[in-house]
Amino acid sequence: MTPSLLPLGQLSRALERGEARPGEVLEDCLARTARLDGKLHAFLRLTEAQARAAARAADDRRARKAPLSPLDGVPVGLKDLLCQEGVETTAGSRILAGYRPPYDATVVRKLREAGAVLFGKTNMDEFAMGSSTENSAYGPTRNPWDLERAPGGSSGGSAAAVAARLVPGALGTDTGGSIRQPASLVGVVGMKPTYGRVSRYGVVAFASSLDQVGPLAQDVRGVALLLRAIAGRDPNDQTSSLRPVPDYDAELEKPVRGLTIGVPKEYFGEGLDPAVEKSVRAGVAALEREGVSVRPISLPNSPHAIAAYYLVATAEASSNLARYDGVRYGYRAQAGGSLLELYEKTRAEGFGTEVKRRILLGTYALSAGYYDAYYLRAQKVRTLIRRDFDQAFASGVDAVASPTSPWAAFRLGEKVDDPLAMYLNDIYTVPVNLAGLPGISVPSGFTQGGLPIGMQLIGRPFEEGTLLRLARATERALALPQRPPPLVTT
Amino acid sequence: MAIDRSTVRHVARLARLALTEAEEERTAAQLGHVLEYIERLKAVDVSGVEPLSFAGDASEAESVMRDDAVRPGLRREDVLAAAPEQDGSAFVVPRIIE
Repeated sequence: MTPSLLPLGQLSRALERGEARPGEVLEDCLARTARLDGKLHAFLRLTEAQARAAARAADDRRARKAPLSPLDGVPVGLKDLLCQEGVETTAGSRILAGYRPPYDATVVRKLREAGAVLFGKTNMDEFAMGSSTENSAYGPTRNPWDLERAPGGSSGGSAAAVAARLVPGALGTDTGGSIRQPASLVGVVGMKPTYGRVSRYGVVAFASSLDQVGPLAQDVRGVALLLRAIAGRDPNDQTSSLRPVPDYDAELEKPVRGLTIGVPKEYFGEGLDPAVEKSVRAGVAALEREGVSVRPISLPNSPHAIAAYYLVATAEASSNLARYDGVRYGYRAQAGGSLLELYEKTRAEGFGTEVKRRILLGTYALSAGYYDAYYLRAQKVRTLIRRDFDQAFASGVDAVASPTSPWAAFRLGEKVDDPLAMYLNDIYTVPVNLAGLPGISVPSGFTQGGLPIGMQLIGRPFEEGTLLRLARATERALALPQRPPPLVTT
Repeated sequence: MAIDRSTVRHVARLARLALTEAEEERTAAQLGHVLEYIERLKAVDVSGVEPLSFAGDASEAESVMRDDAVRPGLRREDVLAAAPEQDGSAFVVPRIIE
């Protein structure tokens, strides 16, 4: 197989053995992107010149057998929410059109230091608000398995780019499911780390108590390698954890025998597509064959998660997005009058419909007379949701297994005009962000129509290693065919 | 839960967002629909429950503190370069004092 089609974990080994060269891999990825991305629109822009220079330097290091890390020479896509010095960073919004950050996000700097080849900026729902990538001000991304369908979101560009083999790996962000849900809908692996595991410095803020950066790749090893590279304490983010970062890769193949999985009944109820349920139960059964014990559990406060999430996330967003006022960066409307008019007109013209909707909902929830009834109550419900998980873990459950999304990829336009229907995409993923836990989506199969399905595994805080081992065991036991979407090979 | 146009207008002013009449109308309907769904939280018993505002590791809250020392930041000209209007030393906005 062409090395550039290999999953990241295998490509890394091929680079190590000298069976692949970074420069060739990059040229293959650029050629495939030139051939396919007109149809997919996974990338908002490529950083070809920088990437070629980085690949040349990686060629040299690989030839000298002196790689900076297992990622040395691996092309990686970056969600356009991540600041990259001197490279336009729009967050999928018109209001940041033309903005070139004067600094790198910490995760971007860390990837550079690991020798990764920064390939380009991927499309996303504006300010990460959405579950289909249709809310991008620059047009939607399409699902590589069916161009009439959405790739999920908000990290839909990163997910589609990895699924279509445009890049072996990518970074996304996940505030309520924005890495895991698109990973599930395009058939790749995607992980949201524990809150505080990865620095948020240089990440355009959506909801600061929920946002985390995380990796996407075709295989679990690829996700493990990327996570190790980006995780760790950062003095520029006081919420980043002091805990040392384990060598996830070294633990990956350790047997999972003796671990216990909890299957919450609330995650298999009404609204779940039977094809998704069947596939996820097959994923759980595969883990059982690997020696994992499985037991039913209850997370009784799960049904409140979407309501609590859309209060907490919008309240924080209304505050975070106050900074876009046409003064310091990005778009400024032509306004003759007062400063107030300048603000109101800039924001009216610069933000899209969903972003305005969420700013207004968040402002309402925080406004005088409503704070206790909405925001404070939602934060208390958040405690109850966290307690549910704590109790499950205290009872001996090492991880919780569930569907990632209630359904496989839906058609473009199907949900975009009904905010509530779109919000329900995230019903199984938002509790994880509310509780600050790590979660991963791993492919579990396909629908009869050939659309990918993902299984979610949720772990104890800072137990990414356990989740990666379980995800790897699932991958090994299911041994799904590693075929790319038909579009890629035709 | 119904939201009227004047509430939408008030909230839009707080959020510094100019809305057209059609947007006010649509927002009132959509926010009402979403708030109706959110109302379900009122049925949850939260008596005696502390709010969760930090989802990270609270045991680290003390140890992550650092000295309040002056450190180099971004260069002024690099930051100003991103502004829609600036005069080399400051951001330029419409006159706010007559």
